[in-house]
Amino acid sequence: MAYNFHFDPVDLPPEAKELRQEVRAFLRQEIEAGTFAPDSERAPFSIAKAFARKVGAKGWIGMTWPKEYGGHERSHLERYVVIEEMLAHRAPTRAYSTADRQSGPVILRYGQEEIKRSIVPRIASGELCFCIGLSEPNSGSDVFAASTRATKTDGGWLVNGRKIWTSNAHNSDYMIALLRTSPSTKENRRHGLTQFLIACKSPGITIRPIVNLTGGHDFNEIFFDDVFVPDLHLIGDVDMAWKQATDELAYERSGPDRWLETITALTELVRVAGPQPGEKLSEGIGREVAHLATLRRMSASVAGMLQAGKTPAVEAAVVKDLGTNWEQALPNKVRLMAPPVGDSDPDTNDDRFEQALRHTTLIAPKLTIQGGTREVLRGIIARGLGLR
Amino acid sequence: MSDNIIVDTATRILADLCEPQTVNAAEEGHWPAELWNALEESGLTLTWVPDNLGGAGAEMLDGFAVLRAAGRFAAPVPLAETLMAGWLLAQAGIGAPPGPMTIAPVHEDGNLTLGADDKLHGRARHIPFARAAKHIAVIAKKNGAPTVALVSAEGLNIREGTSLAGEPQDTVSFDGATPIATGAAPAGLDPVALARLGAAVRTQQMAGALEHILDQSVQWSLDRVQFGRPIAKFQAVQHNLATLAGEVAAAGAAADGAAETIALEGPASERALLDVAVAKVRVGEAASNGAAIAHQVHGAMGFTYEHSLHHATRRLWAWREEFGNETLWAGRLGKLVAEQGAEELWPFLTQGT
Repeated sequence: MAYNFHFDPVDLPPEAKELRQEVRAFLRQEIEAGTFAPDSERAPFSIAKAFARKVGAKGWIGMTWPKEYGGHERSHLERYVVIEEMLAHRAPTRAYSTADRQSGPVILRYGQEEIKRSIVPRIASGELCFCIGLSEPNSGSDVFAASTRATKTDGGWLVNGRKIWTSNAHNSDYMIALLRTSPSTKENRRHGLTQFLIACKSPGITIRPIVNLTGGHDFNEIFFDDVFVPDLHLIGDVDMAWKQATDELAYERSGPDRWLETITALTELVRVAGPQPGEKLSEGIGREVAHLATLRRMSASVAGMLQAGKTPAVEAAVVKDLGTNWEQALPNKVRLMAPPVGDSDPDTNDDRFEQALRHTTLIAPKLTIQGGTREVLRGIIARGLGLR
Repeated sequence: MSDNIIVDTATRILADLCEPQTVNAAEEGHWPAELWNALEESGLTLTWVPDNLGGAGAEMLDGFAVLRAAGRFAAPVPLAETLMAGWLLAQAGIGAPPGPMTIAPVHEDGNLTLGADDKLHGRARHIPFARAAKHIAVIAKKNGAPTVALVSAEGLNIREGTSLAGEPQDTVSFDGATPIATGAAPAGLDPVALARLGAAVRTQQMAGALEHILDQSVQWSLDRVQFGRPIAKFQAVQHNLATLAGEVAAAGAAADGAAETIALEGPASERALLDVAVAKVRVGEAASNGAAIAHQVHGAMGFTYEHSLHHATRRLWAWREEFGNETLWAGRLGKLVAEQGAEELWPFLTQGT
């Protein structure tokens, strides 16, 4: 039977429901205190940094990690609830979200003990910001074609080459980079790559900003010129990154961040629609809410399956594919549904709506590219169906 | 969904006795007695009737899971309708008789009445499997109050029609019929609540049918060779099937959401309105998208009567429309959301979870 993946029913435990209220209260307080504005998409990094510390102090970073390493040993469902609330309130999570989602788990799983002890607790406290060094000018979706080299030297490795599209590198303390330590083999073209922890301030690193089409600076190009990386920063086995960098992590990437990025377009549409919209607009809103509610259920289901010790890699790819396609299409659908604006004076709601629509329209193209393109995800699903 | 002996039993019976030729024969008017009898003898037809009323006393969710399986096999029998009838009768403390049953009305504006003479009046349209039913469970108004009535189908005036899937969908006139039993409906149970249950039931059957067409399409793509290789090896086909898989997964999740809420809170609650609306909209959309992909993958062969793909796809197209289509439910859902306002959108979606 081809249909061999499934989504377990979701039953959030009482502690997760309580936690949701706690997070909501915290966020409302922060918004009232002016820590962040819910519609400021480009809050300065200093604000994100201060926010990360507060969230760390609350115990909401590294929630599922062992206490021994600064984690909190809470459930994936509790973590799910926290992330969902953060995104729904558009909190400035970018100073810690990458480390919380990906870098921390990689270090915990494959990093050396000394590094686990020195680095992971500082992630959990909100102190450290991470970026991910995967893409290169000639290897995007084809991750295993990476050619930036790490060559063995006394006590460590010398890194030379170039990474690109590295989000947030200019604000990050560390990068986890995928580097070539040996040529690939005929038998296994994925062989020969190794993961390293690299301090972004290391001598020999040059970071060049790449401004994206929104006018914002998130992307960077990173040049490595004889950058020394100590042996201690080797993550996992030399040449064997393909075993650790792929499927194990894929399923950690189906969280609410894969379907809540443009939610503000829908929220603001509901606002301008008012309490009694006409039939057509009601119907349009209802359709999108049906998608949103279904995605939410599927995403929470994956969190629940993780908690149950399962590895729902294909299910995670399904959620991300559905979620990113939906959130990408949403701004255009909202635009066409919105009540027309005439010659009357716009009010605050109209302004908020326009701002949300512009922002989500501009970011839409990246949603089905970042963290695994639509094409890559559909390949993963096709493999799960037994077609490859 | 529950994974247990009840579902296993249903699946085994369906696998043994619901072959594609059974479905074709049923469309030609041959009642699949062997299939029905096996379902009835195993107690599956009374899944939603409690022990004390002579039923199987199973969990509500077990029944939904059985209907998912029935949808997978395009079972051409009124299993869903008999389950709903048994449930409806039980709400008023009426035991379920043996044999196939159906329900009336299926439309929210259904307007059957029970007179002072205890005779029924009115007609109901689009009643699934009325001609095959031995009894019909009815909601009728008696002095304005919803009342549940059990009626023998014998002697009723039934005008035969068929659904897009070739299944019986009849118009039933109840004028002058005397119910075998009646009972007051509990608060909240009216044609609107019954249609909500019906919508949730159809989404389970649709989720099952979608699972089936995914299986069938994947298998076909592996078997069918063109340009020197199985068409499954072409990336364009793979991506279509991956998209179908996503629709199937979303439909299953949405349908389960509605089933769980109805099992927990009954069909009359506000949460049920939300979750049933979400399910009927999302599953309906998945049915449209999914059936289109399954047919594209199957090429001309899937467009023949001989091939069984249409057993599932025609049912999907028909069920989209039954108990309210996507437009109707989306409109309701949108109104509900708009009433709450923008600030409440997120709390509303996450309520209780």
